[in-house]
Amino acid sequence: MSTATAPAPEAAAAAPGSPQRREGLFRAAWRHGRTKVGVTLVGVIVLIAVIGPFVSPYSPTELVGIPNRASVDGTVFGTDGIGRDVLSRFLHGGYTLISIAVSAALGGVLLGTVLGVIAGYQRGWLDEAIMRVNDMALAFPQLVLALLVMSIIGPQVWLIVALIGVSHACRVARVAREATLKVVEQDFVKSAEAIGLPRWRIMTAEILPNITSPLLVELGLRITYSVGLIATLSFLGMGLQPPTADWGLMINENRIAVTVQPWSVVLPVAAVALLTIGANLITDGLSRASIGIDRGVEKQ
Amino acid sequence: MTIQDTAQHNAEEEERTALRVDGLTVIGRPSDVEIISDISLQVRRGDILGLVGESGSGKTTLGLALLAHCKRATEVTSGGITLSGEPLLGRSDADVRAMRGRAVAYIPQSPASALNPALRLGTQLREALHDATGGAEPEGATAVSDTDARVREVLREVALPEDDKFLRRYPHQLSGGQQQRVAIAMAFIAFPDLIVMDEPTTGLDVTTQAHVLQTIRRMTREYGTAGVYISHDMAVVADLADDLAVMYKGDVVEHGPAARVLADPQHPYTMQLLRAVPLLKTEGHADPAEAAEDAPAPLLRVRGLRAGYGSTTVLSGIDIDVDRGECVALLGESGSGKTTLSRSLVGLHHQFSGEAVFDGEQLTTSSYRRTAEQRRRVQYVFQNPYEALNPRKRVRDLILAPYTHLVGKPAAPDGIVDNALERAALPASYGNRYPDQLSGGERQRVSIARAIATTPDLLICDEITSALDVSVQAEIVELLRNLQRDGMALLFVTHNIALVSNIAQRVAVLNKGEIVEYGDVGTVMSSPTHSYTQALIADTPDFELSVGEVQQPESPSAGTSAAGRD
Amino acid sequence: MSRLILYRLGYGLLTLFVVSLVVFLATQALPGDAARAILGRDATAERVAVLRDQLNLNDPLALQYGKWVAGVFTLDLGDSFANARPVAEYLGPRVAGSLTLLGLSALLATPIALLLGALSAIRRDRAADHATSMVSLVLASLPEFAVGILLILALSTGWLHLLPPVFAGTASAVLADPVQLILPVLTLAIAVSPPIVRMMRASMIEVLESEYVQQARLKGLSERVVIWRHAAPNAIGPVAQVIAVQLGWLAGGVVAVEFLFAFPGIGLALMDAISTRDIPVIQAITLLIAAVYIVVNLLADVVGLAANPKVRVSAR
Repeated sequence: MSTATAPAPEAAAAAPGSPQRREGLFRAAWRHGRTKVGVTLVGVIVLIAVIGPFVSPYSPTELVGIPNRASVDGTVFGTDGIGRDVLSRFLHGGYTLISIAVSAALGGVLLGTVLGVIAGYQRGWLDEAIMRVNDMALAFPQLVLALLVMSIIGPQVWLIVALIGVSHACRVARVAREATLKVVEQDFVKSAEAIGLPRWRIMTAEILPNITSPLLVELGLRITYSVGLIATLSFLGMGLQPPTADWGLMINENRIAVTVQPWSVVLPVAAVALLTIGANLITDGLSRASIGIDRGVEKQ
Repeated sequence: MTIQDTAQHNAEEEERTALRVDGLTVIGRPSDVEIISDISLQVRRGDILGLVGESGSGKTTLGLALLAHCKRATEVTSGGITLSGEPLLGRSDADVRAMRGRAVAYIPQSPASALNPALRLGTQLREALHDATGGAEPEGATAVSDTDARVREVLREVALPEDDKFLRRYPHQLSGGQQQRVAIAMAFIAFPDLIVMDEPTTGLDVTTQAHVLQTIRRMTREYGTAGVYISHDMAVVADLADDLAVMYKGDVVEHGPAARVLADPQHPYTMQLLRAVPLLKTEGHADPAEAAEDAPAPLLRVRGLRAGYGSTTVLSGIDIDVDRGECVALLGESGSGKTTLSRSLVGLHHQFSGEAVFDGEQLTTSSYRRTAEQRRRVQYVFQNPYEALNPRKRVRDLILAPYTHLVGKPAAPDGIVDNALERAALPASYGNRYPDQLSGGERQRVSIARAIATTPDLLICDEITSALDVSVQAEIVELLRNLQRDGMALLFVTHNIALVSNIAQRVAVLNKGEIVEYGDVGTVMSSPTHSYTQALIADTPDFELSVGEVQQPESPSAGTSAAGRD
Repeated sequence: MSRLILYRLGYGLLTLFVVSLVVFLATQALPGDAARAILGRDATAERVAVLRDQLNLNDPLALQYGKWVAGVFTLDLGDSFANARPVAEYLGPRVAGSLTLLGLSALLATPIALLLGALSAIRRDRAADHATSMVSLVLASLPEFAVGILLILALSTGWLHLLPPVFAGTASAVLADPVQLILPVLTLAIAVSPPIVRMMRASMIEVLESEYVQQARLKGLSERVVIWRHAAPNAIGPVAQVIAVQLGWLAGGVVAVEFLFAFPGIGLALMDAISTRDIPVIQAITLLIAAVYIVVNLLADVVGLAANPKVRVSAR
């Protein structure tokens, strides 16, 4: 397998005897055992969430037996609080959670990157304005901000994505700004300014390619937190609403009966836990790899 | 000579030897590469051994090994170190700790980072002594006052204040020179047999450097302490050391009395190193060309330039001319404002006023308001080659970017890249490389190639050799000479007066934001009028005539004494 | 230095002001009739009118806000819609309950996390370090409710039956039966610790690699003096900010944990208030949580400034 991926085009193109180019972020991250474990965990959970709906034995809302029984004929994990099949609800319950979480994280990282790069490069009043507004937004824990707004408008999927996304953006903007500041200090940016390269080109062509590592790490982190936050919202009854099948909601609905029917709580908790752990392991692998990679930018 | 005499002689020699290193080898883990291999050295009491080498030669590894200290993932695999007859290696941690400070002490490269920012100077000085007295419990008040008296005594010796107020200070409240004196005091406080100094004058200006070196020389003599002085700067070491050891890739390639090594180097690497060191040429400059009556207007004319940051003024009343094809040096120490000036001229520093006329047209403050033609004709090379190239772009794209933006999309891009690389003395195949595949010197050549690809008339070089080893520095200087020969004008910004005397036709000496001396290099070097320039020339270490001959191989070698002047 | 502290203080107050504006606007001034939204479609016109009056909705927006802020300062936060008691009186014991929970968690988590981080750094790349790093990485990923449920499954309903799975005491006497506090405190402590451990480890490693620690070793000082006099004090500084963020985060993290364990604090009160649309209570609690966060960060800033000799001495 390694022989299939080995011949890097640039290594072949370079003159014979030219030193090997440092490997890319993903390949460097893959060297860490934890990245492999993380990819496996995330892969399994995402697979369950994606193909689950197609293989589930029952509809997630269909009543199949007496409520709260761990063993019911024709089911694997028994029934939930109102008699629906636990396995079917579990198989249907991941897709929405994961897609909402990933959209919120992607949106947040995109917005945060734009704000952070502009603030870090333009400096001056724009930087002040962006970062001061950011500070204010950071005074609310993400969960509390979401609860505050939804307490009046009510739980809506678009609102969840927007609120989590914006609150991510504030935090990503800080990271993107810090990373930008480090790059802006460097003379290759000055060199581009000296020849009068337009500012937007400097931001997109000189700065952005040099902060992709911290941004990818941030994306991983934000996906991890998104999953946790959205599951928590559902667990609090402020996320997806009944009768949707959703892991967080399942925990909320069935935790009272955890002693008689543990499966309807254990399955979704395990899935959420493994998903966040897996995502964080990948993130950690990326961040370890990026420390090694970014060192080339600094002196020595 | 009788046997007894020989034995007695040997014993005396033994008595005089403070440090003996036998076959020392340090390897790195996990690759098992030998960082230093089979090193043997001796230093007598009161003598200083200069340990010279370029980056990667293993000189710092050797220096730390003399204190039985190895950086992470390195270890001593064989050899021995003897300090005044006592073996250092192979002892218990506690024994080694007892010897550190008392038997052997260390003066670090950068006292700013080697002094603990959270502890008062008094604490840091006292603990060096307390532990060096064997960690004995202080016997009542007398011991404390003994400690105290010793701290004050050693501070006096390095010419620092000794009052309580000074002892209560934190490191950040001191100047760089004072910090280094504290580090020296800390090293000498417990009367060590050997002191290891790792480039202790890096980052100090030449005048402070001269004072610090004087202090070190005097203290080692007075204390009878042996010194090992690690440096990349042959000139500094030549001034200071009794013996020299030249290191190259982990080996000591030459070792002997300083005068002998300097006058009559045996190893090719030593010769190369000596030849590369820019020597302060105070005489022998070509006479300045007579100013013709109808001299053409200078390429760059600066008059009454003033620049600053916010409300602070860092430059005022700057007058400089750069003629076509001429190299003008801008000489100044850190904080003199020389980088501000060069950046103003290229449009990166915006807060300046006054006349800055390039080929008849005033330069606006921001590069963005200059014409593309102006930006093309004035190019800039940055100090740090590790930061001047976008690590995500290939050399080829780096070179083409300014050309494409300022001239237009080239019809034959390969020709432009190949030509620029060739003029920067790099093979055309380097176009496909990324910066992380290049050494520091190669990166700086790529920076130069990028700047000359647009065929500028004026090249501004901001300390472009200061991050490079001397041998690489010499190559870059040679490259600049060639460019100048092809008609390019240079504004060469540097802190190194020796370099100025070797490359420039005219020099402007910048001190605290003002030009204190300006004229052709020959005049300024041979008869400086301003006291600052005079001090600069006097304090710059160099090894005088004998190696001046080495520098010009065609002239017959007149190997006379090369002892450093005191 | 006092000028710097005053600046931070002023900035904290400004943040607090903006935060109060956000809380107010989010709950009371969103498009549409807040009173109608709260009461639902079936409410009679009279009840809506009463509520509008209670919320000062007939006043101009600025006046509404002014009245509300004035209320905050005099602790007159209005009456709870749900139980008709004054909000301050209703929340008082709950705030005390939550603070007890937070205080105990912080007291448990901070020293252990700092020590673990420091030891991890000292034993860098050995088995204990790898284990600590792995465990803190896993725990850092889990949402706090998942930690809580896993603890319940392990310690009270599934595997061992040692501790009660829910809190059964009252808000006014949370310490009456300390055994009931163990699970919520443990959950919060576990959720809050990992970033502190990791930051302390990173900071300590950086300091241990620094030249002044190398210099201290080369002076021949004992390892004990090197670590506790030279390294640790310099390593703590950067961690203070992380501790503050984490403690501030506790104020929000408490919501899910209290909800899970039915612990009578502000978190549970917030969830109750949301389900009954009890606006005065929602406003008071969210403002309080944000205020705690701002104050904790301010304290961390001030402590950080005071601990740094560069700031403390030079700005005399």
